[in-house]
Amino acid sequence: MKKVLCVLLAALILLPTFALADEVVNVFNWEDYIDESVLAQFEEETGIKVNYMRFTDNEEMVISVESNPGAFDVVFPSEYMVERLINKGLLAEINFDNIPNFSNIREDLKNPSYDAGNAHSVPYMWGTLGILYNTKLVDEADVQTWKVLWNEKYAGQILMMDSLRDTMGLALRTLDASNSMNSTDYTQLKAAADLLKDQKAAGMVKAYGLDEFKDKMVAGEGALAVVYSGDAEYAIELNEDLAYVVPQEGSNIWVDCAVIPVSAKNKENAEKFIDFLCRPEIAAANVEEIGYCSPNEAAIEMMGEDYQNSNVMNPSDEVISRCEYYHDLDEMWLNIYTTLYSDVLSTKVK
Amino acid sequence: MIDLTLPAWAGWAMGCGLLLFILMVALSVRRNHGIKRSLFAMPYTLWMFIFTLLPCVLIAYYALTDANGRFTLDNFRSFWDSNHIMRENLRAMGGDEMAATVARGSVNVDTLVYSLWMAFLCTAISLVLGYPAALFMADRKMKLGATLVVLFIIPMWMNFLLRTIAWMSLLEDNGLINAFLEWIGIGRRQLMYNQQAVLLGMVYNFLPFMVFPIYTSLSKLDPKLGEAAQDLGCNEIRTLYKVTMPLSLPGVISGITMVFMPSVTTFFIPRVLGGGNTRMFGDLIESTFKTAGNWNLGSALSLIMMVLILISLSILRKADPNGEGGGIV
Amino acid sequence: MKQFFKKCYLAIILIFLYVPIIVLIAQSFNAGKSRAKWEGLSLRWYGELFSNASIMNALWVTVSVAVIATIVATILGTLAAIGIYSMKKRPQAFMMTVTNLPNTMPDIVTGVSLMLLYIFAKVERGYFTMVLAHITFDVPYVVLSVLPKLKQMNKHTYEAALDLGATPAYALTHAIIPECKQGIVTGALLAFTLSLDDFTISYFTTSPLVQNLSTLIYSATKLGISPVYYALSSLMFVVLLVLLLIVNHRTADNKD
Repeated sequence: MKKVLCVLLAALILLPTFALADEVVNVFNWEDYIDESVLAQFEEETGIKVNYMRFTDNEEMVISVESNPGAFDVVFPSEYMVERLINKGLLAEINFDNIPNFSNIREDLKNPSYDAGNAHSVPYMWGTLGILYNTKLVDEADVQTWKVLWNEKYAGQILMMDSLRDTMGLALRTLDASNSMNSTDYTQLKAAADLLKDQKAAGMVKAYGLDEFKDKMVAGEGALAVVYSGDAEYAIELNEDLAYVVPQEGSNIWVDCAVIPVSAKNKENAEKFIDFLCRPEIAAANVEEIGYCSPNEAAIEMMGEDYQNSNVMNPSDEVISRCEYYHDLDEMWLNIYTTLYSDVLSTKVK
Repeated sequence: MIDLTLPAWAGWAMGCGLLLFILMVALSVRRNHGIKRSLFAMPYTLWMFIFTLLPCVLIAYYALTDANGRFTLDNFRSFWDSNHIMRENLRAMGGDEMAATVARGSVNVDTLVYSLWMAFLCTAISLVLGYPAALFMADRKMKLGATLVVLFIIPMWMNFLLRTIAWMSLLEDNGLINAFLEWIGIGRRQLMYNQQAVLLGMVYNFLPFMVFPIYTSLSKLDPKLGEAAQDLGCNEIRTLYKVTMPLSLPGVISGITMVFMPSVTTFFIPRVLGGGNTRMFGDLIESTFKTAGNWNLGSALSLIMMVLILISLSILRKADPNGEGGGIV
Repeated sequence: MKQFFKKCYLAIILIFLYVPIIVLIAQSFNAGKSRAKWEGLSLRWYGELFSNASIMNALWVTVSVAVIATIVATILGTLAAIGIYSMKKRPQAFMMTVTNLPNTMPDIVTGVSLMLLYIFAKVERGYFTMVLAHITFDVPYVVLSVLPKLKQMNKHTYEAALDLGATPAYALTHAIIPECKQGIVTGALLAFTLSLDDFTISYFTTSPLVQNLSTLIYSATKLGISPVYYALSSLMFVVLLVLLLIVNHRTADNKD
């Protein structure tokens, strides 16, 4: 009896590994960042099973990729994380022969500074960082500058983003529009962190958090929130009192890319998947679902004028000129950013 | 450093080996009449060695090394002075003057102290709320004990994360409690994203852990003791104070342990209900591992946490030398 | 009067414990997505639940991990309890310390330490590592539930069985195990419950590839959680409740 039980047990434990034998592609994407029905379409067309996994934070994603080698075939880091992954030697070169649909991507996003030579990444979505505000509660004139986040009028109604680079970056720009969001000047960084600490200590901030704030803004649980343009689009669609602005001091322009880790077990499937995402109708379906802006020109064309003219979805050249990419920081500077930011997060309301 | 790394199949081998071992023990019982029963504990001993003791040693190992595996005390220095590495980095980049302006950073220590304080508050509130509840449950005249235990257990079957999230819908600005407050004319107020909300969430989640052990030790008491005390002229309150309470001490201690520990280290509750305004030590450990990816510092923080808890437990155990605390079983 | 006061107090505490659960169940029937607004009664989320692949997958992971971990932990723990019970005093004290150790470690430390073990041993984290972790935190509870029952047992039962010509295996299965059956069942139930509800340890010992319900819910909360999860947990809650009633009913019958 016991013998049978043990054999059974061993079989039970071994079971899950055998179940993984088919052709698969392991995709690691941002939470809520795809129209899930296209996954089924991909599976149907190619017979490759998509294991779809999600993350919510760039830093967390890199650590997952590093500490789970072989677990992922396609990952979607933001621009500066592409750079870090390249620097760490974690990314495979993509064989662009397998991605004919790459030609649909906007020219100005090709061969970017974060992936010189454009060997490792294919842009998936792009956009800006800005402020989502409730027009019923916030004066439009106030919100043209990041300083609105320090405006006493809105004390206790501000939702900040718990994201190292974004929050430090916007504080740097608040100090001085000429500051780089990639600053490696300790005095600037310290001043930026102090600014954020003051903001928190003075009770200006309602909460630090992540994407959930778009729903809070829709529900009217805050006056102002720092968000990505795509989330703003989603929120505005659900609540017409909301509006989005990229403050005049300038901001970050981000590009989330598809990349293939060097440890990928199914590289060819990964390339098939990336090419599939670059198909205009697939890219359009994804934009339709998640409301982010696609770098895929053919897709934007398909979607019609509404999309082409939306200033949230398609930032004007004037806005783009005020924005910059994030770049990867070396270990030392990253530690300095992290230390200063950790100080901000631990600040208590006075 | 000696390379002690194992290939990926090692984990499988360990697991299968252990299963085989169980099988062997089961078989050898039949073959060998003289087998010692104490050998039955062997697989368990092996298991606990690999999955409990070894990991503890590993925490100490990571805490005492740097990212390159060299011995260092920097992680502990970073605990005491969270700006330590930053200062060293500035100095390494030639910014001696700037480095000199960097004061001691107290983030880690402050967070620990704050967590201990919050855990203390949570334990105290749970004790004050839970003791009478356990006392009334154990009241033989009410004959409700067993049913009530089940009623206290049932809420724990709802996923812990979701139970906490449910509080969000109650506490939000447009939530149910605020709607109620407005309806009775008090007006809306901000109930979430502050210390009280986090405390509420903690007490809510951990209260049953206080009630069960106290109830267990109270229900074991001989009712004749109380009667005897009353016959000897004690009034009810005095009986409670002089007889019942001291005798339920093991349960109380067990309850305190079971509430205090998870409350020092919780990271989900402060994150959801505190919105980053109430950072706690568990939160710090989690983000050190998961966002900063600094396993060495994270291990040092965990080790400090563990040592602190072991010390406070051994102090508590002194009060209950027989270890008769009820536990949830 | 006093009794009334006591009942009131208990009622208030129970209301405090049940309000969020009632709110959750109510919201699982809300037609809208927002937590704040009631948009009418609907079974929409229950419908979506069964077509949501990642939730169904996570449910399967949660339940299968809990079942495997419970079985292994119960066997391992029962054997261990018998072994520890018959040990000499010194090793027994040592084993008890080891058994109590995981109880005195906060979840996050257990989780982190196991994660370090897997990283150190270069074992890819996933389903299997999660099972191992769950067994690890389950076993001590089984040991601690079985041991007291053994202590209550007559010390000489085993020897008596052997003297009467039973093989050790027969003595074990027919003399010892039945005596501590109740402890084994309690331990197994406890292990199953703990495993089902665990978040922290699973969070550190699995990869994003293998999610159980708790870790899935955790990543969903960062986004604003969908009522599908409310529907799921309401269903699980009701299923467990019904199971409890059945078990209770049966034990009540047995007593009669």
